[in-house]
Amino acid sequence: MVEALLVIDNLHKRFGNVEVIKGVSLTVGKGEVACIIGPSGSGKSTLIRCVNALVPFEQGSVTVLGIEVNDPKLDKLKLRKHVGMVFQQYNLFPHRTALQNVMMAPIQVLKRNKAEVEAEAYALLKKVRLEGKEHSYPGELSGGQQQRVAIARSLAMKPDLMLFDEVTAALDPETVGEVLITIRQLAEEGMTCVLVTHEMGFAREVANEVYFTDRGVIVEHAPPASFFTNPTDPRTKAFLSQVL
Amino acid sequence: MMNFSTWDIIHNLLLAARWTVALSLAAFFGGGMMGALILFLRVVPNRIAGLVARFYIEVFQGTPLLMQLFLAFFAPALFGMNVPAWVAAFAALTLWTAAFLAEIWRGCVEAIPKGQWEAASSLALPYIAQLRYIVLPQALRIAVAPTVGFLVQVVKGTALTSIIGFVELSKAGTIITNATFEPFTVYGCVALMYFALCWPISQSSRWLERRLNAAHQAH
Repeated sequence: MVEALLVIDNLHKRFGNVEVIKGVSLTVGKGEVACIIGPSGSGKSTLIRCVNALVPFEQGSVTVLGIEVNDPKLDKLKLRKHVGMVFQQYNLFPHRTALQNVMMAPIQVLKRNKAEVEAEAYALLKKVRLEGKEHSYPGELSGGQQQRVAIARSLAMKPDLMLFDEVTAALDPETVGEVLITIRQLAEEGMTCVLVTHEMGFAREVANEVYFTDRGVIVEHAPPASFFTNPTDPRTKAFLSQVL
Repeated sequence: MMNFSTWDIIHNLLLAARWTVALSLAAFFGGGMMGALILFLRVVPNRIAGLVARFYIEVFQGTPLLMQLFLAFFAPALFGMNVPAWVAAFAALTLWTAAFLAEIWRGCVEAIPKGQWEAASSLALPYIAQLRYIVLPQALRIAVAPTVGFLVQVVKGTALTSIIGFVELSKAGTIITNATFEPFTVYGCVALMYFALCWPISQSSRWLERRLNAAHQAH
């Protein structure tokens, strides 16, 4: 058994009177890829936003590398140095070039040497196959290119865990592939990833464990081979028969 | 009685217009600095600071500028202080401008999508750095046009300071009218001079708006 990097235990989250997560538990080992799938509104995005403390939660525990997120004295900045996040809408900084987007956090947060960070940023953009686009502004890039800059921007902080929140959902079908290639490459390099996704084929190929959520609970989870071929819960079956 | 030619009228009005310009600029820059402070109190995640800023804005937006001028001019007298008209005019216009600019700028800060804050947060940027490097540079760009546009309101607002005896363009117009009994000519000239000041400002505000929007789309 690999060392656990992310442990979520009996997490509850409510918005006003609506409980959107009703006791979720899951464990992701170092270097593993967990895919969370499920219908819209089942609390998937909220779940991973709890992991880097973007949204507070009332009950339960989330630990990342032993750091308890549900601690009133939590140092959010320390937690977030370990956790990268990529969003559905890219959220690149539009007033900064691709290169400056990638360099922002290592310089402002880690206070690292500019020349060193710049060299790394060039390498990261090359890694996500955006050589030559370093000085483009986000508005001059396609959706798929922007999303790859966003991935590079997160990687620049050298996180231990990457969260992907439906990162291909806003993309054209043709550009989905170029982003998935990048994520697959990361997974193969041993990056621990949690992906909320609707890309079933991708989940099947890269995930170590697939979680199916519905109405705030994990209905079923299994390694992809058995999850996709032998789902046991009727809700999972119904969902898969619609999307596959 | 002394005779005023049209040229005398214009000449004297132009001399007084210098004070309108000086007061406008002083109040605009003073108000801008103070407005930035109020804006900061308004947007930091601190309840007390937010309430103080809101109270300030509500008070200055919810009362006539004329009352604020009266208070700035007459209130110090209650404490035995004699405030010159120009000091009261500058103080009241500055405080008034600050309230409006803070509110205009708050709108610009709030126009920045929530995703920008979230992305900055998830990169472990502290709150002040999020404001400084991510939100304010983008908000500034949308703020330029309405801020310049508001300068027109400040210029016109200076006319009210004539009531407390500050001799700027409007007050000079009244004084000259009292001597010449030619209100139409005099106030006509006064109006033209205000227009000559305000029209280029509102045009440049429009130009800036178009230009900055176009630049924003290209990026």
